[in-house]
Amino acid sequence: MRLSKPARVTLAIITGAILVIVYVPLLVVVLNSFSTSKSLTWPPPGFTFEWWGRAFTNPGAIQATLTSAVIAAIATAIALVLGTLAAFALQRFEFFGRESVNLLVILPMALPGIVTGIALNNFFRTIIGIDLSLWTIAVAHATFCIVTVFNNVLARLRRTGTNLEEASSDLGAGVWTTFRLVTFPQLRSALLAGGLLAFALSFDEIIVTTFTAGQGVTTLPIFILNNMLRPGQAPVIAVIAVVLIVVSIVPIAIAQRLGDGAEERAMR
Amino acid sequence: MTSTTTAPPTHRDTTLARRVSSFLHAHPGVRLTLLLTAPLTWLGVVYIVALALLLVTAFWSTDSFTGDIDTSFTLENIVSLFTESLYQTVTLRTLLVAITVTVIDVLVALPIAFYMAKVASPRTKRMLMILVLMPLWASYLVKVYAWRSVLAENGLLSWLVAPVGGDTPGYGVTATIIAISYLWLPFVILPIHAGMERVPDSLLEASSDLGARSWRTLFSVVLPLAVPAIIAGTIFSFALTLGDYITVRIVGGTSQMLGNLVYDNVGSANNLPLASAIALIPIAIIFLYLFIVRRSGALNNL
Repeated sequence: MRLSKPARVTLAIITGAILVIVYVPLLVVVLNSFSTSKSLTWPPPGFTFEWWGRAFTNPGAIQATLTSAVIAAIATAIALVLGTLAAFALQRFEFFGRESVNLLVILPMALPGIVTGIALNNFFRTIIGIDLSLWTIAVAHATFCIVTVFNNVLARLRRTGTNLEEASSDLGAGVWTTFRLVTFPQLRSALLAGGLLAFALSFDEIIVTTFTAGQGVTTLPIFILNNMLRPGQAPVIAVIAVVLIVVSIVPIAIAQRLGDGAEERAMR
Repeated sequence: MTSTTTAPPTHRDTTLARRVSSFLHAHPGVRLTLLLTAPLTWLGVVYIVALALLLVTAFWSTDSFTGDIDTSFTLENIVSLFTESLYQTVTLRTLLVAITVTVIDVLVALPIAFYMAKVASPRTKRMLMILVLMPLWASYLVKVYAWRSVLAENGLLSWLVAPVGGDTPGYGVTATIIAISYLWLPFVILPIHAGMERVPDSLLEASSDLGARSWRTLFSVVLPLAVPAIIAGTIFSFALTLGDYITVRIVGGTSQMLGNLVYDNVGSANNLPLASAIALIPIAIIFLYLFIVRRSGALNNL
């Protein structure tokens, strides 16, 4: 658009200022993880590696990281299977209620966390009468992770079409052989992207987790929440926060590259 | 795979796997059923049933001595939502936070979305897109913790504003609004940016050919056309804020939002029926909001 110079400059300055406000708090966390102050004092009075050493030898933090990884792995595995099945059904078939199925897959992600959280808490405890555990968290996470796999697989199926599969079948390959040799190789990177997103989402989730976690099951976000409000724990939490920033951004950057968006962007 | 032509029977159609395969090939309905059964069972049983039962549970009650749930129908919980001042105060506070957050996010998102969509060069645009999206992926807790650090007593903000005699607002409703606005900002920028991309450049040129200055074009052409996208963005910030209770625990001091009441009644108070009833408030508000904005075409912009 032809904008006057002052308008253009004003917009650029506002945009820059917003980005500064977006990134400064995250930078503060990174710097605080090396600060000698225990109470988030600014500017940091001194530099130390002490908290990094403590965080990496904190048995609670290590245990919580493992718990989160196990839950995320279970949830991702379930989401991969269910999301792929649903994507195939919706992309390759026209049927009555197709739109409703689509909505059903998206709904757990669209409703606020407390609604999903209390609905599942109520379902597990009151209705079917099982104790909350690590498994109830995994079931809850899988439910809202289905959509990330679903979206990635759906986009891939839409793009690849069915020509190669029809050719394979015309050449005499059975359903299984076609899937193994034709369909799956085409889907592989979409599954990896969707799976990584699902894993990161589950690894980070806190609201639904607090509603579905059994006694004594501490995921990393729960560990952070419990320790954040304790005096003197702030720097250790800052270290874990920095690790989490890296852990959540790296796989998603990979997923973005692998996903369908990346190729479309490259083509533009 | 949608083709329904049956594979011609050949001498290879002998093994079981072969027969299953050609049966599936010939019956798309069976294939569809096999594909849909697992995901529909999971989502139907785990999610839809759970949501429906949440509604039912709101009309049950808890025995205050034993803590057991009494499944006979009662309006007790719903009545107390309307009569007890605690629920009204907290509902109003939650609404106030949600509305303020939404207004802040839209005001911040508009210039940056417009700059990205219509002003920046393609290169800058791509870079801005990544910069806006990155924090979206950073952990929720990390972002709230970041604001806890910035707003702390003797933290970055008080250091920055001390020379001009200011001070940090401390932990409270203001801090909650700041932190939540920060959390949902990318969710508001993305739909508004997409909406502005769809405004045809020819209209902007026509406006300027007819003599409108930049700001006039912005307010009379771009902004009205972006309204559905803006409303789409507000749906995210509004709904997400109504359902949040962690942020207010971390930076909100002693103030509570609806989510806190739900969580406390599930946990320490062990009154699931009351918690279910309270959870219906944000659900009702969200549906009311969706109902109000449905004619604006915002729902197609999500």
